Amino acid sequence: MTLSVTGLRVGDLVRNVSFDIGAGERVGLIGESGSGKSLTALAVMGLLPEELPASGSVSLHGRELLGMSEKDLSRLRGDELAMVFQEPMTALNPAMRVGRQVTEPGRIRGRRHRAEELLDAVGLPGTARAYPHQLSGGQRQRVVLAMALANEPSLLICDEPTTALDVTVQAQILSLVKTSLPAESALLFITHDLAVVASVCERVLVMLDGEIVEAGSTREVLTQPKHEYTRKLLDASDLEARR
Amino acid sequence: MTMIEVRDLERRYARRDVHALRGVSFDVEAGQRFGIVGESGSGKSTLVRLLAALDKPTAGTVSFQGRRIDHLPERRLGFLRSELQIVFQDPMGSLDPRMRVLDIVSEPLGRREPDRVAELLAAVGLPADAAGRYPHQFSGGQRQRISIARALAPNPSVLIADEPVSALDVSVRGQILDLLGSLVEQFALTLVFVSHDLGVVRHVCDRVAVMRRGELVELGDVAQVYDAPRHGYTRELLEAAPNLRAELARLRGGEDA
Repeated sequence: MTLSVTGLRVGDLVRNVSFDIGAGERVGLIGESGSGKSLTALAVMGLLPEELPASGSVSLHGRELLGMSEKDLSRLRGDELAMVFQEPMTALNPAMRVGRQVTEPGRIRGRRHRAEELLDAVGLPGTARAYPHQLSGGQRQRVVLAMALANEPSLLICDEPTTALDVTVQAQILSLVKTSLPAESALLFITHDLAVVASVCERVLVMLDGEIVEAGSTREVLTQPKHEYTRKLLDASDLEARR
Repeated sequence: MTMIEVRDLERRYARRDVHALRGVSFDVEAGQRFGIVGESGSGKSTLVRLLAALDKPTAGTVSFQGRRIDHLPERRLGFLRSELQIVFQDPMGSLDPRMRVLDIVSEPLGRREPDRVAELLAAVGLPADAAGRYPHQFSGGQRQRISIARALAPNPSVLIADEPVSALDVSVRGQILDLLGSLVEQFALTLVFVSHDLGVVRHVCDRVAVMRRGELVELGDVAQVYDAPRHGYTRELLEAAPNLRAELARLRGGEDA
């Protein structure tokens, strides 16, 4: 199993969360604001604020991540573990050319990545010398994605990666996530948009008030929801049915 | 009756060399639910500012109920300030955190009117005791209800809703859209609804204008624009938008295979 989360607890905000993601599996985590989906992702990455300690177990290829030293964790991040956040501007260094930024994860294990290749792969040829502010929101998110994919991570976590983007740009980013993620990489994709989760993921976890209330294949969960909350989300999302 | 008439509207920002609107013309008839869709940079927000006379066009005209408003000074815009009201995307940013709901909703009236406020709070589905509370004591959806109550206070004939549900959770979004729809009926409003979300516009509006880079590329009845789009860009937008129905149909189809 690439990622095994067992009995994860973060204060009272995330309670008894357990799930597995195998190599090459694409799993969606859906829920509304305050449901604990982002905290779950931060706990996996070891990026929780100090006042919010996590308990339970998070293991990556059998190695326990909770309680791991910051030094070991930061070695894992950008190499085995990668993350794409909602707002690309805060994930990029405004004072560094993007070509230099995308090769940064490569220095972790001394791998030499050519910036142009990485940027080419996400459809941004010739932008290596640009600064983040010179790019559009969608281009910035591609730079972040290029960084995240640079070392072919075993686990990529995307937290609402397209929520701040226009629909046409969202479609480009989603298709990039689907096509450029290495086949053996696991994906945890956090979103509030059921249509997006249906197009990207084969399995889905539904979170409500800090707990996973339903889990299963995307087809089962979205076409035959068992939990009342999942049904409510589906009804609310299907605006056409409400006309 | 034509409520809003826009002709050859242009807005350039000379200092930044941006041509935000490039000759836009359309009419909004009384009672219509007029949607404006477009992506970032399409000119939607510039257009809203001009419709509300919060900005002056570089060329072209905007008429409201037959009167030109595009070059009137603020002191002569009093009628428009009560006839046309706006609900913005982020209620927390448009509600004064230090004012009680009673004062927020009364503000456009120029004096405190508890009875009128109680009536408005009931119309937007908030409890009567909401009047004594502050904005931070409400959820995002409730705050948007407060903004709507305030917008309705001066009895406007036109309500402009600028991305009113974009900051809300899906389950709340539907409630606010349904509320807007019923208020439009109840108060005989003309609605101008601006959004980047095609699904939301389809749900609320009967006419829709599609904008791209400062131009109006397509204008028509919602059924025509969504089911038989004429412009390539409209088709591109419709294809790019995640479509839950289509995804569910695909997942269901997988059961037979």
